[in-house]
Amino acid sequence: MKKQFDVLNSRAPRLDAPDKATGRAIYTEDLNRPGQLYGVILQSPLAHARILNIDVSRAVRLPGVKAVITARDVGLTRYGVSPARYDETLFAHDKVRYVGDEIAAVAAVDLETALEAIGLIKVDFEELPAVFDPHQAMIEGAPQLHEDYPRNICAEVHQEFGDAAAAFKECDLIHTHKFVNQRQDAAFLEPHACLAEYDLSGRLTLFTSTQVPHYVQRTVAMVTGLPVGRVRVVKPYVGGGFGPKAEATPLEMSACFLSMKTGRPVKMSYTREQVFLHSRARHRFFHEMTTGVKKDGSILVLDHQCVLDGGAYSSFGIATVYYAGSLLGGPYRLPNMKYDGWRVYTNKPACGAQRGHGGVAARACFEQQLDIIAAELGLDPIELRLKNIMAAGDVTCNELNMSSLGMHECIDAVRKGSNWDKKKGRLPKGQGIGMACGFFVSGAGYPIYRSDTYHSTVVIKVAEDGGTVTVQTGSAEIGQGSDTTMAMIAAETLGIPLGDVRVVSGDTDLSVDLGAYSSRQTLMTGQAAKEAAEEVKRQILEVLAEELGLDAARLDIRRGRIKIKGPPVDITPLRIRYLREHRGWSNQPDGEELTFREAARLAYLAKGTIVGTGKYKPPPLGGKFKGATVGTSPAYGCSAQVVEVSVDLETGQVFVEAMTDAHDCGLAINRTSVEGQMEGSLCMGLGEALFEEVKFDEQGRVVNPSLGEYHLPTALDMPKVKSIIVESNEPNGPFGAKEVGEGAIMPTIPAILNAVHDAAGVRINELPLTPERVLTALREAEAKTGQT
Amino acid sequence: MKKFSVTFTLNGQAVEILTAPNRTLLQVIREDLGLTGTKHGCGLGDCGACTVLLDGEPVNSCLILAVQAHGHEVTTIEGLADGDRLHPLQEAFVENGAIQCGFCTPGMILSAKALLDRKKRPREADIRQALSGNLCRCTGYQKIVEAVEDAAKSMRTKKEAAS
Repeated sequence: MKKQFDVLNSRAPRLDAPDKATGRAIYTEDLNRPGQLYGVILQSPLAHARILNIDVSRAVRLPGVKAVITARDVGLTRYGVSPARYDETLFAHDKVRYVGDEIAAVAAVDLETALEAIGLIKVDFEELPAVFDPHQAMIEGAPQLHEDYPRNICAEVHQEFGDAAAAFKECDLIHTHKFVNQRQDAAFLEPHACLAEYDLSGRLTLFTSTQVPHYVQRTVAMVTGLPVGRVRVVKPYVGGGFGPKAEATPLEMSACFLSMKTGRPVKMSYTREQVFLHSRARHRFFHEMTTGVKKDGSILVLDHQCVLDGGAYSSFGIATVYYAGSLLGGPYRLPNMKYDGWRVYTNKPACGAQRGHGGVAARACFEQQLDIIAAELGLDPIELRLKNIMAAGDVTCNELNMSSLGMHECIDAVRKGSNWDKKKGRLPKGQGIGMACGFFVSGAGYPIYRSDTYHSTVVIKVAEDGGTVTVQTGSAEIGQGSDTTMAMIAAETLGIPLGDVRVVSGDTDLSVDLGAYSSRQTLMTGQAAKEAAEEVKRQILEVLAEELGLDAARLDIRRGRIKIKGPPVDITPLRIRYLREHRGWSNQPDGEELTFREAARLAYLAKGTIVGTGKYKPPPLGGKFKGATVGTSPAYGCSAQVVEVSVDLETGQVFVEAMTDAHDCGLAINRTSVEGQMEGSLCMGLGEALFEEVKFDEQGRVVNPSLGEYHLPTALDMPKVKSIIVESNEPNGPFGAKEVGEGAIMPTIPAILNAVHDAAGVRINELPLTPERVLTALREAEAKTGQT
Repeated sequence: MKKFSVTFTLNGQAVEILTAPNRTLLQVIREDLGLTGTKHGCGLGDCGACTVLLDGEPVNSCLILAVQAHGHEVTTIEGLADGDRLHPLQEAFVENGAIQCGFCTPGMILSAKALLDRKKRPREADIRQALSGNLCRCTGYQKIVEAVEDAAKSMRTKKEAAS
């Protein structure tokens, strides 16, 4: 039977919701400082050009301008996400590599003056031939972006698990399939913003809209040359991240340099167009997969090639190209897997990580292939999947350990929840039903830079009156609800009501935490929070045991009250002592049991301020092969989805009519928040499947850099979602919890594609499913039928 | 640039400001009047994060010049709660988990308020229609729609109790 909790597994309202509902929540753009300056960045108008000269003299002379900086002022320290590919400098010095590449920055007394000054900077360019297509970029003699990377290959992966060639000989059916998505934009509602303040003691404070205060602190320190200890990064509320805010930006570093140079606070933000130009969002993936199965449907082998259109810099790209292969290792038993991947530089904004990092397009390709194979074998798509499904304890061929895996339960849940058996194969033409599965990491097994660092530390401090406890963490609440999660874990562990826990987070001064990416905080920060709370509880109960002359093992705390096992104990002397401490105050403790407040006060009197610390890092994970770390995690969440669509066979328009989603998140810490992550993931997947595409003209300029022209799903595009929470017990997670934020997007696109095939009889191998693309496929299919 | 005197009602209070004619209502609300609950998401009228009510109708405050508010009534998210008592819509958004990052929330709540002020029993389709100019990237809209349904219900109950 499932354990009963006092706080966890509930639908507690989020701690930050009242402030957000009333407009009181402060985001970076809402901050202002006396005497602050406004910064603006000059970006390249050309996709590829040599910089011959930069003349800032007119900008410097403009009244109101306080500083103009270029590469000459800030140096050429290389940075990036992965130390193996530090290929960016803050400002371009020899050449620009995409439309939007940063050249200079200005700080002025107001935004208008700063913008005017940017217009006065004169840059002489010598235009170079540019390359926008990754396949062309890989050809010998193509324009080369980075000297050190011939054929523009930023990273390549060649892995083989088992023996693919031998396995193909054993197969009864082999299917090959190509698939391509489009470059996506994360389209968080809050554009990046920051405010840098360099003070007289030589300390730099950066308020910024980021997912990763820790990595920003490290990168800013490296690029400015300040010691890490003198850089403090503070994250106010963040209006969504989804991946692209998981790295340090030129905006942040420009603001820091400008503040250091002027001695004044500098505020900067990207316009919506600049958000598109900075990008760092989902790559475009060109997949080719060949899957071999036995007649009975057992999958024997996958041979997979993938080319990623990377844009001008690496960003997260090395991890992305590895993830695109490694995340196919499950959730089906796949004994042989060969993967060859290439991430290629092109003269476009750099792509990075976005929800479901690297695995989303791969999953979309593979899950369609499973449906095609099922049809050829005459199997129901669900039966084929169940035949191959992994279970808890299974290890993938690339050595990912499924320590818990409710995959089978998820499939059962959506099968029932969607009424699959009544609908599959029985819907009229133009209506269809499709399904798919997926899984994702609960936190990357290793930090982005090689280090033995803890992935998370948490400090819990008890107020001197014992009334409240404060959880201090560097983790990042970016909208996903992590503050509430940590408060709930601390409250449950300590045995006190949620209302008595306060969370302070998102500040590098508070603790070390790698931040909000790879769906890591529930498990990793959660483990550290749990350990810190246990430590606080132990200290308090030890003091109490001594005061009462009892064995501490007889004591526990539940719902804010002290529980004493065994024969009755007279608590009156302790209560009187507490009341004397606090005489004249209202709301005094009463009842037959001592309260947490009384016990915590006694502990304070005995030991001073009660502080508990917790820490977490995963054990060594994964195999020994090259790239074995990417895809490792202490736990994996998984999900299955069923989607119903209707396709207008005259116009090619696709409507998603219903979605049923089951996700195994281990123990659901907060049921409402879990559903929120599921529903949000499905919406983002639906957008990528049906609408979203960042488009370029022939000169490498983004032609739709606005939320109007880059079509996001609206309330009218989303159907009602049936969300089913499946709870396995994850041995490596706090109270059995694991991820939900990214795994939930994995099945969405292929489930839609499979449903469209069911409705219209056509396979669409390129996203998004525009009416034009669907109609073309329908006409081609008709023509083919006509011929035969 | 020459400045103009503009008078309007903001959250029930008369305000008089001097502003250049090219400043948007959003800039004046956020920067001059210091009410930062109204959010700036795109500046082009695409996202709806800057939605305020102008004489009860939702508008993108980034597309309206401050001078156009002259003589009108403007409501921002700060004007909804009655002291510490949240508006039923705010309460329902909190209770239903309709808020994640919160950046779309003020605009979303104001668009919903305009709907509920004219329609006491909105159908789900009415709600989705009324919110279709407010983008949300976090929630998938489901819990937002449910929150508006709940708020409509509690507003009807309150009204009946009052009459």
